[in-house]
Amino acid sequence: MSMEFESVIGLEVHVQLATETKIFCGSSTRFGGDPNEFIDPVTLGLPGALPVLNRRVVEFAIMLGKATKCEIRRFNRFARKHYFYPDLPKGYQISQFEEPICERGSLEVHFENAVRTVGIRRIHMEEDAGKNMHDTRTETSLIDLNRAGVPLLEIVSEPDLRTPAEASAYLRTLRQMVRFLGVSDGNMEEGSLRCDANISLRPVGELKFGTRTEIKNLNSFRFVERALEYEIARQTSLLRAGQKVVQETLLYDSAADVTRSMRGKEESSDYRYFPDPDLPPLIIEEGWVNQIVGSMPRLPDQWRKELTENYGLSNYDASVLLAESENVAFFQAVFDICQNAKAACNWVTSELFGYLHKNSLTLAHSPIKPADLGALIKLIDDEVLSGKMAKSVFEEMFATSQSPQEIIEKKGLKQIANPDEIQQLVTDTISKFSSQFDAYAQGNDRLHGFFVGEVMKLSRGAANPKLVNNAILDAVKKRRSS
Amino acid sequence: MTDLASLTATEIASELDRGSLSSVELTRSLLTRAESKRGLNAFLDLYSDVALASAEEADKRRRAGERGPLLGVPVAIKDVILVKGTKTTCGSRMLANFLSPYDATVVSKLRKSGAVLFGKTNMDEFAMGSSTENSAFGPVQNPWNKAYVPGGSSGGSAAAVSARIAPLALGSDTGGSIRQPASFTGIVGMKPTYGRTSRYGLVAYASSLDQIGPFARSVKDCAHLLETISGFDPSDSTSMDVPVPSWSEELTQGIKGLRIGVPKQYFIEGLHPEVEQAVRAALQWYEGQGASLVEVDLPHTEAALSTYYILAPAEASSNLARFDGVRYGHRAAEPTDLIDLYCRSRSEGFGTEVKRRIMIGTYVLSSGYYDAFYLRAQKVRALIKNDFDKVFSSQCDLLACPTAPTPAFRIGEKVDDPLTMYLSDVFTITVNLAGLPGLSLPCGFSSSQLPIGLQLIGKPWDEGTLLRAAYAYEQQHDWHTRVPQ
Amino acid sequence: MISDNDVAKIASLARLTLTPEESSRYAAELSRILEYVQQLDSYSVEGVEPLSHVHGASNVFREDTPTPSLPFEGEVSTNAPDKSGRFFRVPLIIE
Repeated sequence: MSMEFESVIGLEVHVQLATETKIFCGSSTRFGGDPNEFIDPVTLGLPGALPVLNRRVVEFAIMLGKATKCEIRRFNRFARKHYFYPDLPKGYQISQFEEPICERGSLEVHFENAVRTVGIRRIHMEEDAGKNMHDTRTETSLIDLNRAGVPLLEIVSEPDLRTPAEASAYLRTLRQMVRFLGVSDGNMEEGSLRCDANISLRPVGELKFGTRTEIKNLNSFRFVERALEYEIARQTSLLRAGQKVVQETLLYDSAADVTRSMRGKEESSDYRYFPDPDLPPLIIEEGWVNQIVGSMPRLPDQWRKELTENYGLSNYDASVLLAESENVAFFQAVFDICQNAKAACNWVTSELFGYLHKNSLTLAHSPIKPADLGALIKLIDDEVLSGKMAKSVFEEMFATSQSPQEIIEKKGLKQIANPDEIQQLVTDTISKFSSQFDAYAQGNDRLHGFFVGEVMKLSRGAANPKLVNNAILDAVKKRRSS
Repeated sequence: MTDLASLTATEIASELDRGSLSSVELTRSLLTRAESKRGLNAFLDLYSDVALASAEEADKRRRAGERGPLLGVPVAIKDVILVKGTKTTCGSRMLANFLSPYDATVVSKLRKSGAVLFGKTNMDEFAMGSSTENSAFGPVQNPWNKAYVPGGSSGGSAAAVSARIAPLALGSDTGGSIRQPASFTGIVGMKPTYGRTSRYGLVAYASSLDQIGPFARSVKDCAHLLETISGFDPSDSTSMDVPVPSWSEELTQGIKGLRIGVPKQYFIEGLHPEVEQAVRAALQWYEGQGASLVEVDLPHTEAALSTYYILAPAEASSNLARFDGVRYGHRAAEPTDLIDLYCRSRSEGFGTEVKRRIMIGTYVLSSGYYDAFYLRAQKVRALIKNDFDKVFSSQCDLLACPTAPTPAFRIGEKVDDPLTMYLSDVFTITVNLAGLPGLSLPCGFSSSQLPIGLQLIGKPWDEGTLLRAAYAYEQQHDWHTRVPQ
Repeated sequence: MISDNDVAKIASLARLTLTPEESSRYAAELSRILEYVQQLDSYSVEGVEPLSHVHGASNVFREDTPTPSLPFEGEVSTNAPDKSGRFFRVPLIIE
C-alpha cells in the first residue's frame, strides 16, 4: 500500500497599491505608458536621490492589516535588502525585514460551503522593481523602470492551506478584500496581484513539515491551482520513490504546465539587511489607526450580513453582488434611490449584467448610471411605468445613456393611471367588442383576460394594468346587476 | 588682482553694493587666478562661461535694487554635489562622464541667493579619504606647501578657498571631511548639525553621517553661506524642520560667561606638540576673555574610530551598490554576461580605497557578522552620543579641542597605511557620530609654517554659539589673514 | 582573520573582481582593520538601544500627489551606457 500524503501550502502575495504615486517619490504609478516615462531621480536610483515615504501607503497597509485582524506594529523601520539586478536601480530594495507593519492576523475564506480561517503571518510594505524584457535574438535584456518604486504590500499566509483549490479560494478572498478596501485593483493580468506559493508534503497524520519548494510567477488563479497540482504530483512521486525533495525555487511555466528550477539566482542569497538611514522610523499611534478604521469601507463579510439580514436578499444574491466590489457599490447606489433591495438586486444582476455581457462591457463602463436605474425602479414602484414599459425604457437607457425621465418625456410613455382615461379606454373597448362583452357578462369569465389585453392594446401598453383590471370587473358587475 | 582675490565674501558683497566692483569683473579675475593655480589640482571643472553668465545676471539683479550677502559672490562646490547639466564625478573614474540630471537642494538655494556657481572641486573618491590623494584625477596640493596634502576628503574646496581662488566653497563632512582640510589649509570650515542642511543631491557616502557645510576665510562668511544652504527640505526625510537663525547677525554677542568644555580624551599621546600648544593658547585666550574652561570626560571617545569604520563602510557598501553600469556611470567594454558587466564595471570604476571600504562594509553586514559588528557599533554610537548629551546638559555650552592631531602631512606619507590615515580623523569623527555641529578655525601655525585648527563642538542645532565663539577669537587674531605664498 | 576565501566571498557579494594581488592585500588589510575594530567588544552595550537616526525624528511623509517626471531624453539618456530606444540595455538576463 502506498503512503498517503497531505500537502501543506502557504502563499506569499504581492499587491500593488492603488496610490497615485510611488512609495518613495512623486512619480506616477500608472500602468502602461512609454518605457521609462514615469521616472525621476529616486526611481532611477540616481546618485544623491533620497526616498520620502508616501503617507497613503502606510494608511493602506493599516487598512489591510485591520481588515485581516492583524496587530499593527507601533515602531516601524524600513530596511535595505541588497542584491544586484538590472530592474533594481539602487542595488537594494527598500522593504521591511524583521519588523513588518502587520502581524498575526487571519482571513476567513468561504470554501465549499464552509468557512476556513487562514492565518496571516505578516504584511509588510516594500517597493516594486522595474521590468526586464528579454530579447534572445540579440542576446540582450531591456530595462523599463516605470514600475520601479510602485508600492507593494507583501502578504504572507501561514501554511494553513491544504489543497490547490483552497489556495485559490484564499487568493480570491484576498483579492476581493483588497478591492473592497480600494487599496489595490487586484488586477492579475497587469501584475497588480502576484502570487508565489510554498508547498511541502507530509504523510497524513504527521505533524512535522516536509521539505518545501517555492513556486514563483503564479499570475492567475488557474495557474495557482495547476502549478500546485503539478508540484504535488512531482513531490509525491519523488517521495514514493524514496527520493528527497530538494528545497529550491521553481518557476511555473504555464505554456508547458510544469515547474522548472530557476537558474539565474543560483547564488545563495545574503541580502545584508540593515535599517535604511535615509528613512526615519515610522511610529503608528493608536489614534491614527482608529481614524483609519473609522474611514474604512465596508468589508465583504460585513456586506454579506447587511445584504442578507437587513436587505433581505438571499445568500446566493449576496454572493453575486459580492463577487466584485463594484457590483455591490452599484447595487447600493441603485438602492439609495429606489429603496427596494430585491428589485435593485434583480435589475442589476439579471437585466443590467445580461446587457453588459451581451455587449462585452464591464460594470465600470455601464451606459446606465446607478441613479438612473434606481429612478427607473422607483417609477415602476410608483406605478408610473408598467413592467413592460420599464423594459423598453431600460433598453433605451442602455442604448442612449439617457435618464428614464428623459425617455418617458421623449416617447410619451407615461403610464395611464387617470381613472377617467381608463374608464374611457374600457368603454371604447366594450363598444368595439359588444358581443364578446355580452358573453362575458352572461358568465363566460374566461373573456376577462381578452378584455384586459384589448384595453392595454388600445392604450399601446400605457394603461396601468391593475386599474384596467378593476375597471373591467366594475363594468361587468354593473352590467350583471342592471 | 591679488586684492580682489583676498576679499572675503562679506567684503565682496559690500564692494558690489557700493558699485565699486562688479561680479563679472570679480569672477573673471578669479577664473584667471584659478587657471594660474592649475597646479594645485583643486578644480575638476571650472564653470567659466556659465559662471560669467550668472555673474552678469547677479550684477543685473543688484542694479535692480536686490541685495544679498551672496548675490554675485563666487562659490566653489565639492564635486559630490549635483549641479544640473554639469558633470559630477565624485573624484571617481566611475562617474568621469556623469552629467547631473538635477540640482542638489543646496545648489537650488545658492542659485536663488544669486551666488555665482564657480566650479567643481577635487576630492577623495566618493569622499572616502583624509588627504584628497584618493582622487581618480590626481591629488590636490596644500597651498601652504605643495608637498603636503590639503586634508580630505574636501581637499579641493579647502585649497580653493585657502589659495584665494574662491571666497567660499561647499564641502561635505562624514567623519571630518570639512573640518580637517579647513584645519590643514588655515581656513574656517563647518559641519552643521545632522539634518540642518539637505542631503538631496549630495552623492551619499555614509547617509547617517554625511552633512554639507561651508568653507570660508572668515567666520562671518561662513555664517552667511550656512544661512543660505540651511533649512528643512521635503526631499530629504532626515533634514529637520527647525528654525534657521540669522547667525551672521548674532556674531557679536560676545563670549563672556560661556562655559567651554575641554575633553581630556582629545589631548592624548600622539597629539602633535605644536598643535597642542596652539590649541591650549587659544583656550587660554578664551579664559582671559571671560569664558570658563571645564575639563570634561567623554569616556567613549576611544571607541569612535572603530565605530565609524564599521558604520561608514557598511552604509557606503550599500550606497555604492547603485553604481552598476546599467543606467549611468562606467561600464566595462563588451561584457560577456550580466555578472561580468557588474563585476568589471565596478572593479574598473572604483579606486583602491573605495573598494576597500565596500569590502569592509559588505563583510560587516553579511550574514553571521551583522550583530557582532554593525549592531554593536550602532549601540556604541549611542554611548558616544550619550557622552556628549551628558556634558552638554550640565557642564558646558560648547567644547573646544584640536581639529586634527597633526598639521598637514606629506603627500604619499600615509597612502599605504589605511589605519594610520584613518587616525587623522580621530577628533572629528565623534562629532558626526553624535550628529553635532563642529567648526574648525585657524589658531596658529606649526614651525614648518603649516596651519593648525581649533575645533569647536556644539549642542545639536546650536551652530550659533560656535560661530559666536569663533568670531570673537577671529576678531583678535590674524591667523586667518595670512596668505599662502 | 580574513582568509582569501572570505575575501572572494565578500567580493562576489559586492560584485567586485579582484586581482590576486588585490585579494591578498585586502585580506591582510581587512584582517588588521577588523582586528582593530574588535576593540568595541570591550564596551558593555547591554540594554543599549542601537542608534540609527541621530536626531530622533520620526514620521516624515509626503502626500500622494504626483510630481513631474524626468524626461528620458537629456541627461538620463546621455548617461545611459547602453540603450535601445527608451530602454536601458544589458546582456541577456538568464532566469
